[in-house]
Amino acid sequence: MSDYLEEMDHLADAADPTTGDLEIQNFTINFGPQHPAAHGVLRMVMELDGEIVERVDPHVGLLHRGTEKLIEHKTYLQALPYFDRLDYCSPLAMEYSYVLAIEKLLDLEVPLRGQYLRVLFAELTRICNHMLNLGAHVMDVGAMTPNIWVFEIREQCLEFFERASGARMHSAWFRPGGVHQDVPLKLLTDIADWLDEFPTLFEDAMSLVVDNRIFKQRNVNIATVSKDDAVRWGFSGPVLRGSGVAWDLRKSQPYDVYDRMEFDVPVGTSGDCYDRFMVRVEEVRQSAKIMRQCLNEMPDGPVSSTDRKIVPPKRAEMKQSMEALIHHFKLYTEGFHVPAGEVYVATESPKGEFGVYLVSDGTNKPYRCKIRPTAFSHLQAMDFMCKGHMLPDATAILGAIDIVFGECDR
Amino acid sequence: MAHSAPAISSNEGVAAKLGKAIGAALIDTVEAYGEISFTVQRAKLATVLEKLRDKHEYQQLVEIAGVDYPDRPERFEVCYHLLSLTKNHRIRVKVSTDEDMPVPSVTHIWEVAGWLEREVFDMYGVLFDGNTDLRRILTDYGFQGHPFRKDFPLTGYVEMRYSEEAKRVVYEPVKLAQDFRSFDFMSPWEGADYILPGDEKVGGQAPPPTPKVTEDKNDTGAGKKATKKAAKPSKRDEAAAKKPAPKRTKSGTNKAGEGK
Repeated sequence: MSDYLEEMDHLADAADPTTGDLEIQNFTINFGPQHPAAHGVLRMVMELDGEIVERVDPHVGLLHRGTEKLIEHKTYLQALPYFDRLDYCSPLAMEYSYVLAIEKLLDLEVPLRGQYLRVLFAELTRICNHMLNLGAHVMDVGAMTPNIWVFEIREQCLEFFERASGARMHSAWFRPGGVHQDVPLKLLTDIADWLDEFPTLFEDAMSLVVDNRIFKQRNVNIATVSKDDAVRWGFSGPVLRGSGVAWDLRKSQPYDVYDRMEFDVPVGTSGDCYDRFMVRVEEVRQSAKIMRQCLNEMPDGPVSSTDRKIVPPKRAEMKQSMEALIHHFKLYTEGFHVPAGEVYVATESPKGEFGVYLVSDGTNKPYRCKIRPTAFSHLQAMDFMCKGHMLPDATAILGAIDIVFGECDR
Repeated sequence: MAHSAPAISSNEGVAAKLGKAIGAALIDTVEAYGEISFTVQRAKLATVLEKLRDKHEYQQLVEIAGVDYPDRPERFEVCYHLLSLTKNHRIRVKVSTDEDMPVPSVTHIWEVAGWLEREVFDMYGVLFDGNTDLRRILTDYGFQGHPFRKDFPLTGYVEMRYSEEAKRVVYEPVKLAQDFRSFDFMSPWEGADYILPGDEKVGGQAPPPTPKVTEDKNDTGAGKKATKKAAKPSKRDEAAAKKPAPKRTKSGTNKAGEGK
């Protein structure tokens, strides 16, 4: 028995080589570019020691479309739909930073109803995004059912987007000065009903995983990030909060009517994948809370600024008024001119701080529009987060940082 | 303040205080739209940023943005956006550089700078001194040029397709069925830098340049018949000309108002 145990511990290898004791070298594999758990086109060159990850070199840019350059060649309004195509899982949250940046340069006031609508739909976007991410994360670590359940909720969110803007995903509904169109009352009442309904399904789905032994084994103490590391690596959003930093731009730097909303900011305690997951689960509940407040408090009135030099008139008005027709024509050909200057506007997108650095030279096109993606800094930290973990943990880590390549690569 | 963009804590006195802290390295301070930007000397960048992080609580480097101003002697501007989580404040620190002069890297201050600098290098060709991993990041393997420079065409120089003959992906010079059309939206009354037709009659200036067209006249068929071949009437036209016009019949309705 004792020599069997020695053999198990490889104590006697040198003295007594057996067939199992090969000297092995690290080997390098490609994770992706096409991998179901890569959440898009990510290629990671991984150096493995057996099953232990020694080094990760993520190669991004496979979805680089030069959005920022394209925006420089479009008018401010024409550039807006590009933002939907950045993070296609939370399109309205992407538009949000951009329209706020334009409004900041123009110093344009948005009517209260417009602000409430934007907050309402930004939070709906957050729920929609987290449904995808939470579902994908549990699927990456092996569970199938919750993903299918939460996708049902996600589909309902997309239906609401469709009813508001006409498009399920690429809404282009937030516009400089407010939102494109008012929503029908029935949509708001349906959202209110849905807010009472969907938590049942959501909590059911989450109850399958949050206390699940296998799920915890795959996530607890995986890729633990300390507060200091999270700050130095430029983390933001749920990943930063998962590490215990209570930082939410909706609270600390409120925009639109977020300063009127009452909600809690969940933070993690140990900064591992499980904490990041649970932060998102709680954020969904808080988002629902914010949406209820929006629905209760939303006033009547115009949904977008009535400054006709920036916001085009409605079609019915154009049939009656020559002035409206001229404004419409000018805004859809030349567009509006934005005063020269530069602003950096960041909002709390579902994935973290999504910023737009907008440089205007006073013409109708942005001189430079730098997009600050959330995924870029998170993905850069893959190397230090994966080091020492097993190969299958890489998918859990990727799932927990919630990346989408449309946004990362731009 | 009418807009509803994110509100940070007050800028009151921040520019003066930080300007003093930056000291001799400071070139310019701009406070506009509620945001403060400091332009600093390129060589002192790393010390300035380290001081801002350690002494003035700007813990996080959020973004490094490159901007290209081809008219300036040092054409590139590199903007570092800093965020203070404790003071709830944002500032911007800028340096300018050109194609050859490297900017000191800040990877030793913030790890996140690694990729952000790689991106600026990839897009603008700005070099970062001290970044040990200055590879391209967003563009294709083997890409040449720096696409976000203002003199780089929007369409690029090469296009890629899968070649059925070669059974692999091939790169070819970009061919466009139609030129990229860039319209001049500037109103002639405010700041257009060209001469309008008719201006030469008043000021005696040079005649306006011929407007740029995307297609040959031959292609469009508009205007006068452009080539000799096109000027010849075709056989069908000749046949139509020889054919006598159809006679009107009384029952016909081909003349309006005839029934009266």
